[in-house]
Amino acid sequence: MTAKIITVTSGKGGVGKTTATANLAVALAQMGQRVVCLDADIGLRNLDVVMGLENRIVYDIVDVIEGRCRLKQAMIRDKRFDDLHLIPAAQTRDKNAISPSDMIKLGEDLRDEADWVIIDSPAGIERGFRNAIAPADEIIVITNPDVSAVRDADRIIGLIEAEQKEPAKLIINRLNPEMVQRGDMLDAEDVLELLAIKLLGIVPEDENVIVSTNVGKPVALDEKSRAGQAFRNISRRLMGDEVPLLNLDFKEDFLHKLSRVFK
Amino acid sequence: MADWLKRISGQTGSADEAKERLKLVLIHDRTDINPDTMEELKDDLLKTISQHIAIEPELVKITMMHEGREQRLVADIPLKHYDRKKIN
Ligand SMILES: Nc1ncnc2c1ncn2[C@@H]1O[C@H](COP(=O)(O)OP(=O)(O)O)[C@@H](O)[C@H]1O
Ligand SMILES: [Mg+2]
Repeated sequence: MTAKIITVTSGKGGVGKTTATANLAVALAQMGQRVVCLDADIGLRNLDVVMGLENRIVYDIVDVIEGRCRLKQAMIRDKRFDDLHLIPAAQTRDKNAISPSDMIKLGEDLRDEADWVIIDSPAGIERGFRNAIAPADEIIVITNPDVSAVRDADRIIGLIEAEQKEPAKLIINRLNPEMVQRGDMLDAEDVLELLAIKLLGIVPEDENVIVSTNVGKPVALDEKSRAGQAFRNISRRLMGDEVPLLNLDFKEDFLHKLSRVFK
Repeated sequence: MADWLKRISGQTGSADEAKERLKLVLIHDRTDINPDTMEELKDDLLKTISQHIAIEPELVKITMMHEGREQRLVADIPLKHYDRKKIN
């Protein structure tokens, strides 16, 4: 079996690419899949801490590309799953240390090592982004339901179209159902109408994400967390299962119910 | 939600405004056409068309429409309506 390569990207920084990469990787591993995740955010290494693997790093992605180590040596095994590995970003180099063709070569080499390769992309629309999407079979765009994140997502989607890649799929992260209900946050439907791409999932704003990141244990491992559930559902959709969207409704107060009656 | 209900429930409904603003911004981002360029385009179009046919310049509407991620420039150009008696 040869791996499917997925790149997680966004345009705007801080919308949840690294969080999503770690959680999809863990959730797929939980389902018995062999997963390698690749931190392509050169100079701003983070996937290691989010996954709790920062103490195990010896070699990084640039070491592999420049031939200082073998591929397997740079693959750090996860603490929880034997078939989950991380290739960390180089911290002391910049994105120009590697090229899109280096990434395509690395992607091809990784295909034999796993069922899934998940690449965490840097923010922006420049070299680092081009490197990250070069080997991808499928691209996931992450956005938050706010004006600047959606605007930047649209730019990225346009660039992906221009590269003649498969149309990207969308994850809307940090949706706050109460604010949506109040009319103070774009709803998932609004975002989809604006961006006109396929939805892969909606992840609610959830404090557990921050708590789990603090301890290096991705929230998908937390059975009770809503965000964790959302990431688990998304990974099942990646596997081809039809999973209905999470019901994110919170208790409606009287006025909202009333407003529905009068709509 | 009804406006009066929004008001008494203290809602600002800022999401609606966000959506409307984003709609416009995305149209311009995608086509690289800003409102100035659009005006220029309209003037040029009017000039050219007027050389061949009489139109109502004030009623001309040029808009960017989109269907999914496809963009389309739509021009609505009413022709001048002559009163026959005046012409004769
Ligand atoms: N669903 C969520 N709920 C709450 N906080 C989140 C959520 N997703 C991400 N975050 C937080 O947002 C911040 C940015 O996330 P990160 O994954 O590092 O973004 P990126 O990789 O796109 O820069 C982190 O502090 C992360 O813990
Ligand atoms: Mg990141």
